[in-house]
Amino acid sequence: MRLLRRRDLVCQQAVELVTDYLEGTLSRLARRRFEAHLAGCPHCTEYLAQMRETISVSGRLAPEDLTPQMRDEFVDLFRRWQSEQQ
Amino acid sequence: MSRPWPWFRGRPVRPILSVMDSDEELVLRLRSGDERAFIGLVERYQEPMLRLAASFVPSRAIAEEVVQDTWLALLRGLAGFEGRSSLKSWLFAICVNQARKTGTREHRSVPVADPEPAVDPSRFDGSGGWADPPEHWIEAAEGRLEAGKLAHRVRVWIDELPARQREVVLLRDVEGMSSDEVCTVLALSEGNQRVLLHRGRSRLRQLFEDEFREVR
Repeated sequence: MRLLRRRDLVCQQAVELVTDYLEGTLSRLARRRFEAHLAGCPHCTEYLAQMRETISVSGRLAPEDLTPQMRDEFVDLFRRWQSEQQ
Repeated sequence: MSRPWPWFRGRPVRPILSVMDSDEELVLRLRSGDERAFIGLVERYQEPMLRLAASFVPSRAIAEEVVQDTWLALLRGLAGFEGRSSLKSWLFAICVNQARKTGTREHRSVPVADPEPAVDPSRFDGSGGWADPPEHWIEAAEGRLEAGKLAHRVRVWIDELPARQREVVLLRDVEGMSSDEVCTVLALSEGNQRVLLHRGRSRLRQLFEDEFREVR
């Protein structure tokens, strides 16, 4: 087993840095420590991939369709507004 | 509906909403009184705004009123919209302001001080290494997403996040807005925004893991 240096990250700390890492707000040093940890830790590498996947799935949620009734209501709203303009 | 003569000189008939139409284009058409452009924007933003408003007010009915007021504010303010911010941030900012005005719920101070670990501490050993490492689920999630069976659940998960986390995740990750835009719309500091985003995303990741652990 490799000796744990005082400045090495442990997994429990690494998972708290994922968002800062993805947002690009880590200092250069902190970023290097984080990447060094990932390089030796398949679990945290998987964890980071899962956080990326989580973000990616959220970004692929299309809004649900309007019901025909709601659509009609908005058409009414628009026409009422237009007639007030004249 | 028939179009007034000479119909062939008009612009080509467009579908109500095409992915090709940018917000800017819809705004231009709306300014010239195009009803379909309005409906196009409603299709794009009604539901996201409802979800956002719902996190500030105590009932769905009130959230609907807030969003309707937002649409009226858009129509009234259209002439003054200069496009300095994106339409999306402008609309969401109006929505949040309306919701705050209406919101009977005390707007909670940001509970950033309460620690909320990204991962249950019991999953680490005494030295902070994984004792119960993350299980694989990415491929399974992609498969179910493709089959159209996951999106609805993920929406429910997001709706069940604590309100402040939900607001940030909705705007950043679902709507794809920048951190600057989200800080402005929600009146958050950059640091608090990041903490809320981190907690929201971490909770969602855990929900994915739980979901696919059950399946096996």
